[in-house]
Amino acid sequence: MTKADLIESVYLATGFSKKESAAIVELVFDLMKETLEAGEKIKIAGFGNFVVKDKASRRGRNPQTGNEIEISSRRILTFKPSQVLKTSINDN
Amino acid sequence: MTKSELIERLSVEHDYLKKRDAEGVVNLIFNGIGDALSQGDRVEIRGFGSFSVREREAREARNPKSGELVSIPNRKTPFFKTGKELRERVDS
Repeated sequence: MTKADLIESVYLATGFSKKESAAIVELVFDLMKETLEAGEKIKIAGFGNFVVKDKASRRGRNPQTGNEIEISSRRILTFKPSQVLKTSINDN
Repeated sequence: MTKSELIERLSVEHDYLKKRDAEGVVNLIFNGIGDALSQGDRVEIRGFGSFSVREREAREARNPKSGELVSIPNRKTPFFKTGKELRERVDS
């Protein structure tokens, strides 16, 4: 499934044109990206939470050469699925 | 940001999207992704990320309260991999 399929389902379920449906779906993901970029988490009941986390720098190894390298501190996004989603995935 | 706040922002940012329609679209998107995952399908949203289903092996674990040994059967779990664009935006 891709964004095109989501746009199609919005088009079929609403009275919006394909172009409008595409713009709306695009806007939903743009708003989510803006929010996460600002470091704010997103909680979607029944689906899951998108959480931005700060990771401290740590020592790692280049698995190919074995050389020890410093992995810089960074900010990452994690997704924590809701119990509802986890259950529905296992119910089939 | 919660789902209802996302719906609210969507109808504010969009020129003519009523709140009820914004709600319908947001629900279609997350239900659509959830349904696809339940069917074992992978969902890819360019620039945002991809959702897939991962298998978790059965294992023995302990009930942290009683210390009792329990066996957890193999199961599936939703997995989100952040897309390149969003990963870079979150870390900037």
